[in-house]
Amino acid sequence: MTKVRVLVGTRKGAFILTSDGKRAKWDVDGPHFGGWEIYHLKGSRVNPDRLYASQCSGWFGQVIQRSDDGGRKWEPVGNAFTYDGTAGTHQWYDGTAHPWEFKRVWHLEPSLSDPDAVYAGVEDAALFRSGDGGRTWAELSGLRRHGSGPRWQPGAGGMCLHTIILDPVNPRRIFIAISAAGAFRSDDAGETWLPINRGLRSEHIPDPTADVGHCVHRIAMHPSRPNVLFMQKHWDVMRSDDAGGSWREVSGNLPSDFGFPIEVHAHEPETIYVVPIKSDSEHYPPDGKLRVYRSRTGGGDWEALTAGLPQRDCYVNVLRDAMAVDSLESCGVYFGTTGGQVYASADGGDTWAAIVRDLPAVLSVEVQTLA
Amino acid sequence: MIRVVLPAHLRNLAGVEGTLALEVQGPATQRSVLDAVEASYPMLCGTIRDRGTRKRRAFVRFFACGRDMSHEPEDAPLPDAVAAGREPFLIVGAIAGG
Repeated sequence: MTKVRVLVGTRKGAFILTSDGKRAKWDVDGPHFGGWEIYHLKGSRVNPDRLYASQCSGWFGQVIQRSDDGGRKWEPVGNAFTYDGTAGTHQWYDGTAHPWEFKRVWHLEPSLSDPDAVYAGVEDAALFRSGDGGRTWAELSGLRRHGSGPRWQPGAGGMCLHTIILDPVNPRRIFIAISAAGAFRSDDAGETWLPINRGLRSEHIPDPTADVGHCVHRIAMHPSRPNVLFMQKHWDVMRSDDAGGSWREVSGNLPSDFGFPIEVHAHEPETIYVVPIKSDSEHYPPDGKLRVYRSRTGGGDWEALTAGLPQRDCYVNVLRDAMAVDSLESCGVYFGTTGGQVYASADGGDTWAAIVRDLPAVLSVEVQTLA
Repeated sequence: MIRVVLPAHLRNLAGVEGTLALEVQGPATQRSVLDAVEASYPMLCGTIRDRGTRKRRAFVRFFACGRDMSHEPEDAPLPDAVAAGREPFLIVGAIAGG
Protein backbone atom coordinates (compact mmCIF):
# COMPACT_ATOMS: atom_id res chain seq x y z
CA MET A 1 0.00 0.00 0.00
CA THR A 2 1.33 3.41 -0.93
CA LYS A 3 2.48 5.56 1.92
CA VAL A 4 3.83 9.07 2.16
CA ARG A 5 6.47 10.09 4.65
CA VAL A 6 7.19 13.78 5.21
CA LEU A 7 10.48 14.60 6.90
CA VAL A 8 10.36 17.93 8.70
CA GLY A 9 13.39 19.70 10.15
CA THR A 10 12.67 22.44 12.68
CA ARG A 11 14.47 24.80 15.03
CA LYS A 12 13.86 22.38 17.88
CA GLY A 13 13.90 18.88 16.46
CA ALA A 14 12.81 16.62 13.62
CA PHE A 15 9.31 15.36 12.97
CA ILE A 16 8.17 12.54 10.72
CA LEU A 17 4.65 12.79 9.34
CA THR A 18 3.11 9.74 7.70
CA SER A 19 -0.08 9.06 5.82
CA ASP A 20 -1.51 6.60 3.35
CA GLY A 21 -1.94 7.47 -0.31
CA LYS A 22 -5.12 9.41 0.37
CA ARG A 23 -3.10 11.90 2.43
CA ALA A 24 -6.15 12.80 4.50
CA LYS A 25 -5.06 11.60 7.96
CA TRP A 26 -1.56 12.07 9.28
CA ASP A 27 0.45 10.64 12.13
CA VAL A 28 3.01 12.93 13.70
CA ASP A 29 6.11 11.33 15.20
CA GLY A 30 8.59 13.44 17.11
CA PRO A 31 10.36 15.42 18.17
CA HIS A 32 13.49 13.50 17.34
CA PHE A 33 16.60 15.22 18.71
CA GLY A 34 14.39 17.59 20.71
CA GLY A 35 15.94 20.98 21.35
CA TRP A 36 18.43 20.73 18.47
CA GLU A 37 18.20 22.56 15.16
CA ILE A 38 17.53 20.13 12.36
CA TYR A 39 18.49 22.00 9.24
CA HIS A 40 17.67 19.14 6.91
CA LEU A 41 16.88 15.46 6.71
CA LYS A 42 16.48 13.41 3.59
CA GLY A 43 16.08 9.80 2.56
CA SER A 44 17.98 7.76 0.02
CA ARG A 45 16.16 7.11 -3.23
CA VAL A 46 17.85 3.70 -3.42
CA ASN A 47 16.95 2.65 0.11
CA PRO A 48 14.12 4.86 1.39
CA ASP A 49 14.56 3.65 4.97
CA ARG A 50 18.08 5.09 4.95
CA LEU A 51 17.69 8.65 6.23
CA TYR A 52 20.31 11.26 6.96
CA ALA A 53 19.78 14.22 9.29
CA SER A 54 21.80 17.35 10.03
CA GLN A 55 21.53 18.10 13.75
CA CYS A 56 23.21 21.16 15.18
CA SER A 57 23.26 23.48 18.13
CA GLY A 58 24.92 26.73 19.08
CA TRP A 59 26.15 24.95 22.20
CA PHE A 60 27.31 21.58 20.94
CA GLY A 61 28.02 22.05 17.24
CA GLN A 62 27.29 19.69 14.38
CA VAL A 63 26.10 16.10 14.50
CA ILE A 64 25.06 13.91 11.58
CA GLN A 65 22.47 11.24 12.31
CA ARG A 66 21.58 8.23 10.20
CA SER A 67 18.60 5.94 10.36
CA ASP A 68 18.23 2.59 8.62
CA ASP A 69 14.60 2.00 9.54
CA GLY A 70 12.82 5.06 8.27
CA GLY A 71 13.47 7.21 11.30
CA ARG A 72 12.49 5.03 14.24
CA LYS A 73 16.05 4.55 15.44
CA TRP A 74 18.97 6.86 14.75
CA GLU A 75 22.72 6.55 15.02
CA PRO A 76 25.15 9.47 15.22
CA VAL A 77 27.75 9.05 12.52
CA GLY A 78 30.63 11.31 11.47
CA ASN A 79 30.80 15.02 12.16
CA ALA A 80 34.39 15.78 11.14
CA PHE A 81 34.02 18.34 8.36
CA THR A 82 37.60 19.43 7.80
CA TYR A 83 38.40 21.66 4.88
CA ASP A 84 40.92 20.17 2.51
CA GLY A 85 44.36 21.76 2.90
CA THR A 86 44.65 25.42 3.74
CA ALA A 87 41.19 26.82 4.23
CA GLY A 88 41.98 30.25 2.80
CA THR A 89 39.77 33.29 3.02
CA HIS A 90 36.56 34.63 1.58
CA GLN A 91 35.16 38.12 1.71
CA TRP A 92 33.56 39.25 4.95
CA TYR A 93 30.61 41.64 5.24
CA ASP A 94 32.94 44.61 5.53
CA GLY A 95 34.96 43.59 2.49
CA THR A 96 37.92 42.24 4.43
CA ALA A 97 39.34 38.76 3.97
CA HIS A 98 37.88 36.27 6.45
CA PRO A 99 39.08 32.72 7.08
CA TRP A 100 36.84 29.88 6.01
CA GLU A 101 35.27 28.39 9.17
CA PHE A 102 32.97 25.40 9.36
CA LYS A 103 29.69 26.25 11.08
CA ARG A 104 26.98 23.75 10.14
CA VAL A 105 25.52 21.46 7.50
CA TRP A 106 22.61 23.06 5.67
CA HIS A 107 21.69 20.33 3.23
CA LEU A 108 22.24 16.60 2.82
CA GLU A 109 21.78 15.04 -0.60
CA PRO A 110 21.91 11.24 -0.78
CA SER A 111 23.37 9.71 -3.93
CA LEU A 112 20.88 8.56 -6.53
CA SER A 113 22.58 5.18 -6.86
CA ASP A 114 24.41 4.29 -3.63
CA PRO A 115 22.72 4.48 -0.23
CA ASP A 116 26.12 4.84 1.48
CA ALA A 117 27.04 7.89 -0.56
CA VAL A 118 25.77 11.28 0.50
CA TYR A 119 26.74 14.90 -0.11
CA ALA A 120 26.69 17.68 2.47
CA GLY A 121 26.44 21.38 1.72
CA VAL A 122 27.97 23.36 4.56
CA GLU A 123 28.53 26.86 5.92
CA ASP A 124 31.12 28.34 5.30
CA ALA A 125 30.38 27.24 1.78
CA ALA A 126 31.86 23.93 0.74
CA LEU A 127 30.71 20.57 -0.55
CA PHE A 128 31.59 17.35 1.27
CA ARG A 129 30.97 13.75 0.29
CA SER A 130 30.77 10.58 2.33
CA GLY A 131 31.00 7.15 0.77
CA ASP A 132 30.48 5.20 3.99
CA GLY A 133 27.06 6.21 5.15
CA GLY A 134 28.13 9.45 6.76
CA ARG A 135 30.90 8.08 8.97
CA THR A 136 33.68 9.99 7.24
CA TRP A 137 33.58 13.07 5.04
CA ALA A 138 35.94 14.45 2.42
CA GLU A 139 35.70 17.88 0.88
CA LEU A 140 35.30 18.23 -2.87
CA SER A 141 37.62 21.17 -2.61
CA GLY A 142 37.68 22.07 -6.28
CA LEU A 143 34.59 24.14 -5.55
CA ARG A 144 36.02 26.16 -2.68
CA ARG A 145 39.28 26.50 -4.58
CA HIS A 146 37.51 27.96 -7.58
CA GLY A 147 39.34 31.13 -8.48
CA SER A 148 36.39 33.23 -7.42
CA GLY A 149 36.36 31.82 -3.87
CA PRO A 150 38.15 34.76 -2.24
CA ARG A 151 35.39 37.02 -3.61
CA TRP A 152 32.48 35.01 -2.19
CA GLN A 153 30.72 36.61 0.73
CA PRO A 154 27.95 35.57 3.08
CA GLY A 155 24.32 36.44 2.72
CA ALA A 156 22.39 37.51 5.80
CA GLY A 157 21.94 33.88 6.80
CA GLY A 158 25.60 33.01 6.45
CA MET A 159 27.74 31.78 3.55
CA CYS A 160 25.91 28.55 3.08
CA LEU A 161 25.91 25.91 0.38
CA HIS A 162 22.20 25.13 0.51
CA THR A 163 21.29 23.45 -2.77
CA ILE A 164 22.73 20.23 -4.19
CA ILE A 165 21.16 18.70 -7.30
CA LEU A 166 22.48 15.44 -8.71
CA ASP A 167 21.80 14.93 -12.40
CA PRO A 168 19.79 11.71 -12.78
CA VAL A 169 20.98 11.18 -16.36
CA ASN A 170 24.62 12.21 -16.16
CA PRO A 171 26.09 10.87 -12.89
CA ARG A 172 29.14 13.11 -13.22
CA ARG A 173 27.08 16.31 -13.24
CA ILE A 174 26.29 18.17 -9.99
CA PHE A 175 24.65 21.55 -9.51
CA ILE A 176 25.07 23.53 -6.31
CA ALA A 177 24.10 26.99 -5.08
CA ILE A 178 25.63 29.23 -2.46
CA SER A 179 24.35 32.37 -0.76
CA ALA A 180 25.72 34.75 -1.83
CA ALA A 181 28.13 33.41 -4.45
CA GLY A 182 25.65 31.97 -6.91
CA ALA A 183 25.20 28.72 -8.79
CA PHE A 184 27.94 26.36 -9.93
CA ARG A 185 28.06 23.19 -12.01
CA SER A 186 30.52 20.33 -12.11
CA ASP A 187 30.69 17.94 -15.04
CA ASP A 188 33.37 15.73 -13.53
CA ALA A 189 31.75 14.50 -10.32
CA GLY A 190 32.84 17.49 -8.29
CA GLU A 191 36.49 17.83 -9.27
CA THR A 192 36.16 21.15 -11.08
CA TRP A 193 33.40 23.75 -11.13
CA LEU A 194 31.99 26.37 -13.43
CA PRO A 195 29.97 29.37 -12.25
CA ILE A 196 26.60 29.28 -14.02
CA ASN A 197 25.23 32.74 -13.36
CA ARG A 198 25.03 34.30 -16.83
CA GLY A 199 21.75 36.16 -17.18
CA LEU A 200 21.31 36.77 -13.47
CA ARG A 201 20.98 40.41 -12.53
CA SER A 202 21.32 41.55 -8.91
CA GLU A 203 20.94 45.28 -8.44
CA HIS A 204 22.31 45.21 -4.90
CA ILE A 205 25.84 44.12 -5.84
CA PRO A 206 28.55 46.35 -7.32
CA ASP A 207 28.40 44.67 -10.74
CA PRO A 208 24.79 43.52 -11.21
CA THR A 209 25.76 40.96 -13.85
CA ALA A 210 28.96 39.65 -12.24
CA ASP A 211 29.95 36.03 -12.79
CA VAL A 212 29.70 35.38 -9.03
CA GLY A 213 28.17 37.20 -6.08
CA HIS A 214 24.48 36.52 -6.65
CA CYS A 215 22.23 35.51 -3.79
CA VAL A 216 20.65 32.38 -5.19
CA HIS A 217 18.03 31.07 -2.78
CA ARG A 218 17.08 27.76 -4.39
CA ILE A 219 17.26 25.77 -7.61
CA ALA A 220 14.88 23.01 -8.71
CA MET A 221 14.97 20.48 -11.53
CA HIS A 222 12.55 17.90 -12.89
CA PRO A 223 14.37 14.57 -13.19
CA SER A 224 13.06 13.97 -16.72
CA ARG A 225 14.69 17.19 -17.99
CA PRO A 226 17.98 17.74 -16.23
CA ASN A 227 18.99 20.60 -18.51
CA VAL A 228 16.04 22.71 -17.39
CA LEU A 229 16.58 24.50 -14.10
CA PHE A 230 14.33 26.85 -12.19
CA MET A 231 15.76 29.32 -9.69
CA GLN A 232 14.34 31.46 -6.93
CA LYS A 233 16.92 34.18 -6.57
CA HIS A 234 16.92 36.74 -3.76
CA TRP A 235 14.81 38.80 -6.13
CA ASP A 236 13.68 37.26 -9.45
CA VAL A 237 12.48 33.83 -10.49
CA MET A 238 14.72 32.53 -13.25
CA ARG A 239 14.84 29.68 -15.75
CA SER A 240 17.64 27.99 -17.64
CA ASP A 241 17.16 25.61 -20.56
CA ASP A 242 20.84 24.83 -20.99
CA ALA A 243 21.92 23.40 -17.64
CA GLY A 244 22.69 26.81 -16.23
CA GLY A 245 24.60 28.11 -19.24
CA SER A 246 22.22 31.06 -19.36
CA TRP A 247 19.22 32.26 -17.39
CA ARG A 248 16.16 34.32 -18.20
CA GLU A 249 13.68 35.86 -15.85
CA VAL A 250 10.25 34.25 -15.57
CA SER A 251 8.84 36.24 -12.65
CA GLY A 252 5.96 37.39 -14.87
CA ASN A 253 2.89 38.43 -12.91
CA LEU A 254 4.03 37.36 -9.44
CA PRO A 255 3.02 39.87 -6.74
CA SER A 256 6.63 39.76 -5.52
CA ASP A 257 9.53 37.91 -7.05
CA PHE A 258 11.36 37.67 -3.74
CA GLY A 259 11.09 34.32 -2.00
CA PHE A 260 12.98 31.25 -0.94
CA PRO A 261 11.72 27.84 -2.18
CA ILE A 262 10.94 26.73 -5.69
CA GLU A 263 9.68 23.29 -6.65
CA VAL A 264 8.62 21.34 -9.75
CA HIS A 265 5.50 19.17 -10.08
CA ALA A 266 6.33 15.45 -10.04
CA HIS A 267 4.71 14.68 -13.41
CA GLU A 268 4.46 18.01 -15.19
CA PRO A 269 7.94 19.42 -15.81
CA GLU A 270 6.55 22.82 -16.80
CA THR A 271 4.51 23.19 -13.61
CA ILE A 272 6.42 25.00 -10.90
CA TYR A 273 5.64 26.47 -7.49
CA VAL A 274 6.96 29.43 -5.52
CA VAL A 275 5.87 31.27 -2.39
CA PRO A 276 6.20 35.03 -2.93
CA ILE A 277 7.48 36.99 0.04
CA LYS A 278 6.99 40.73 0.27
CA SER A 279 10.62 41.78 0.46
CA ASP A 280 14.06 40.97 1.74
CA SER A 281 13.57 43.26 4.73
CA GLU A 282 10.14 41.98 5.73
CA HIS A 283 10.23 38.23 5.09
CA TYR A 284 6.47 37.67 5.18
CA PRO A 285 3.83 37.23 2.48
CA PRO A 286 2.37 40.28 0.72
CA ASP A 287 -0.85 41.60 2.26
CA GLY A 288 -0.79 39.02 5.07
CA LYS A 289 -2.01 36.36 2.61
CA LEU A 290 -0.15 33.07 2.40
CA ARG A 291 -0.28 32.18 -1.29
CA VAL A 292 1.55 29.56 -3.27
CA TYR A 293 1.91 30.58 -6.89
CA ARG A 294 1.83 27.96 -9.62
CA SER A 295 2.91 28.33 -13.19
CA ARG A 296 1.89 25.67 -15.67
CA THR A 297 4.02 27.27 -18.37
CA GLY A 298 7.43 26.97 -16.80
CA GLY A 299 7.22 30.49 -15.44
CA GLY A 300 5.97 33.81 -16.74
CA ASP A 301 2.29 33.19 -16.16
CA TRP A 302 1.40 32.51 -12.53
CA GLU A 303 -1.82 31.76 -10.63
CA ALA A 304 -2.38 32.21 -6.91
CA LEU A 305 -3.29 29.08 -4.96
CA THR A 306 -5.17 30.08 -1.84
CA ALA A 307 -7.80 27.45 -0.99
CA GLY A 308 -7.14 26.32 2.56
CA LEU A 309 -4.30 28.76 3.17
CA PRO A 310 -4.70 31.73 5.54
CA GLN A 311 -5.73 34.82 3.60
CA ARG A 312 -5.52 37.37 6.36
CA ASP A 313 -3.13 38.26 9.17
CA CYS A 314 -0.52 35.72 8.09
CA TYR A 315 3.09 36.82 8.53
CA VAL A 316 5.11 33.63 8.39
CA ASN A 317 7.98 32.85 6.05
CA VAL A 318 8.71 29.71 4.04
CA LEU A 319 12.41 28.90 3.99
CA ARG A 320 14.39 27.66 1.02
CA ASP A 321 14.47 23.95 1.86
CA ALA A 322 10.91 23.83 3.19
CA MET A 323 8.95 22.78 0.09
CA ALA A 324 8.72 19.39 -1.60
CA VAL A 325 6.47 17.21 -3.75
CA ASP A 326 5.45 13.57 -3.61
CA SER A 327 5.20 11.39 -6.70
CA LEU A 328 1.72 9.97 -6.33
CA GLU A 329 -0.52 10.09 -9.39
CA SER A 330 -2.15 13.23 -8.09
CA CYS A 331 0.98 15.10 -7.14
CA GLY A 332 1.16 16.20 -3.51
CA VAL A 333 2.82 19.50 -2.66
CA TYR A 334 4.06 20.29 0.85
CA PHE A 335 5.61 23.24 2.58
CA GLY A 336 6.46 24.30 6.11
CA THR A 337 6.44 27.75 7.66
CA THR A 338 8.39 29.61 10.28
CA GLY A 339 5.14 29.60 12.26
CA GLY A 340 5.32 25.81 12.61
CA GLN A 341 2.63 24.80 10.15
CA VAL A 342 3.14 22.14 7.51
CA TYR A 343 0.64 22.55 4.71
CA ALA A 344 -0.13 19.84 2.17
CA SER A 345 -2.06 19.68 -1.04
CA ALA A 346 -3.00 16.30 -2.48
CA ASP A 347 -4.19 17.83 -5.75
CA GLY A 348 -1.21 19.66 -7.14
CA GLY A 349 -1.88 22.83 -5.18
CA ASP A 350 -5.59 23.37 -5.87
CA THR A 351 -6.54 22.89 -2.22
CA TRP A 352 -4.49 22.92 0.97
CA ALA A 353 -4.78 21.85 4.56
CA ALA A 354 -2.41 22.07 7.53
CA ILE A 355 -1.35 18.54 8.42
CA VAL A 356 0.30 19.84 11.59
CA ARG A 357 0.29 23.41 12.76
CA ASP A 358 2.14 24.06 15.99
CA LEU A 359 5.64 22.76 15.41
CA PRO A 360 8.74 24.85 16.03
CA ALA A 361 9.78 27.01 13.07
CA VAL A 362 10.16 24.74 10.05
CA LEU A 363 13.58 24.74 8.39
CA SER A 364 13.12 21.95 5.86
CA VAL A 365 10.54 19.63 4.34
CA GLU A 366 11.28 16.52 2.30
CA VAL A 367 8.80 13.94 1.06
CA GLN A 368 9.17 10.23 0.39
CA THR A 369 6.62 8.29 -1.62
CA LEU A 370 6.83 4.71 -0.39
CA ALA A 371 5.47 1.66 -2.15
CA MET B 1 37.39 6.22 38.34
CA ILE B 2 36.57 9.79 37.51
CA ARG B 3 32.94 10.77 37.44
CA VAL B 4 31.71 13.06 34.67
CA VAL B 5 28.29 14.67 34.41
CA LEU B 6 27.13 15.53 30.89
CA PRO B 7 24.40 18.02 29.99
CA ALA B 8 21.10 16.42 29.06
CA HIS B 9 21.50 16.93 25.30
CA LEU B 10 24.85 15.15 25.30
CA ARG B 11 23.55 12.32 27.52
CA ASN B 12 20.84 11.79 24.91
CA LEU B 13 23.36 11.90 22.10
CA ALA B 14 25.64 9.41 23.84
CA GLY B 15 22.71 7.22 24.87
CA VAL B 16 23.66 7.27 28.54
CA GLU B 17 21.84 7.99 31.77
CA GLY B 18 23.32 9.41 34.93
CA THR B 19 26.96 10.04 35.64
CA LEU B 20 29.80 8.62 33.54
CA ALA B 21 32.53 6.71 35.33
CA LEU B 22 35.77 6.70 33.36
CA GLU B 23 39.30 5.46 33.73
CA VAL B 24 41.68 8.28 32.90
CA GLN B 25 45.22 7.70 31.71
CA GLY B 26 47.79 9.67 33.70
CA PRO B 27 47.05 12.74 35.84
CA ALA B 28 43.46 13.93 35.91
CA THR B 29 43.31 17.13 33.88
CA GLN B 30 40.66 18.69 31.70
CA ARG B 31 42.43 17.33 28.66
CA SER B 32 42.82 13.79 29.95
CA VAL B 33 39.23 13.64 31.19
CA LEU B 34 37.84 14.93 27.90
CA ASP B 35 40.09 12.55 25.97
CA ALA B 36 38.62 9.71 28.02
CA VAL B 37 35.07 10.94 27.42
CA GLU B 38 35.63 11.11 23.66
CA ALA B 39 37.39 7.74 23.57
CA SER B 40 34.45 6.03 25.26
CA TYR B 41 31.77 8.04 23.46
CA PRO B 42 33.11 9.02 20.03
CA MET B 43 29.80 10.57 19.06
CA LEU B 44 30.66 13.36 21.51
CA CYS B 45 33.76 14.37 19.53
CA GLY B 46 33.28 17.93 18.40
CA THR B 47 30.39 18.64 20.77
CA ILE B 48 32.43 19.70 23.82
CA ARG B 49 35.67 20.74 22.16
CA ASP B 50 36.06 22.09 18.65
CA ARG B 51 37.28 19.29 16.42
CA GLY B 52 39.94 21.39 14.77
CA THR B 53 41.34 23.52 17.58
CA ARG B 54 40.49 21.13 20.47
CA LYS B 55 39.41 24.19 22.43
CA ARG B 56 36.31 24.28 24.62
CA ARG B 57 33.26 25.29 22.61
CA ALA B 58 32.14 28.81 23.49
CA PHE B 59 28.88 27.83 25.18
CA VAL B 60 30.23 24.87 27.12
CA ARG B 61 31.53 25.35 30.66
CA PHE B 62 33.38 23.10 33.10
CA PHE B 63 32.72 23.04 36.84
CA ALA B 64 34.12 21.00 39.72
CA CYS B 65 33.96 21.29 43.49
CA GLY B 66 31.86 24.44 43.24
CA ARG B 67 34.38 26.19 40.99
CA ASP B 68 34.18 27.32 37.38
CA MET B 69 37.13 25.54 35.77
CA SER B 70 36.36 26.74 32.25
CA HIS B 71 39.34 29.03 31.99
CA GLU B 72 41.83 26.80 33.79
CA PRO B 73 44.73 25.47 31.71
CA GLU B 74 43.81 22.24 29.95
CA ASP B 75 46.73 20.41 31.52
CA ALA B 76 46.35 21.75 35.06
CA PRO B 77 45.57 19.03 37.61
CA LEU B 78 41.91 18.82 38.54
CA PRO B 79 41.05 18.97 42.27
CA ASP B 80 42.00 15.88 44.28
CA ALA B 81 38.35 15.18 45.02
CA VAL B 82 37.68 14.90 41.27
CA ALA B 83 40.75 12.76 40.66
CA ALA B 84 39.66 10.46 43.50
CA GLY B 85 36.12 10.19 42.18
CA ARG B 86 34.54 11.82 45.24
CA GLU B 87 33.32 14.83 43.25
CA PRO B 88 32.18 14.85 39.61
CA PHE B 89 33.60 16.89 36.74
CA LEU B 90 30.61 18.80 35.40
CA ILE B 91 30.24 19.64 31.70
CA VAL B 92 27.52 22.26 31.40
CA GLY B 93 25.72 23.94 28.52
CA ALA B 94 26.04 27.64 29.31
CA ILE B 95 22.92 29.60 30.08
CA ALA B 96 22.83 31.68 26.93
CA GLY B 97 20.06 33.35 25.08
CA GLY B 98 18.27 36.58 25.48
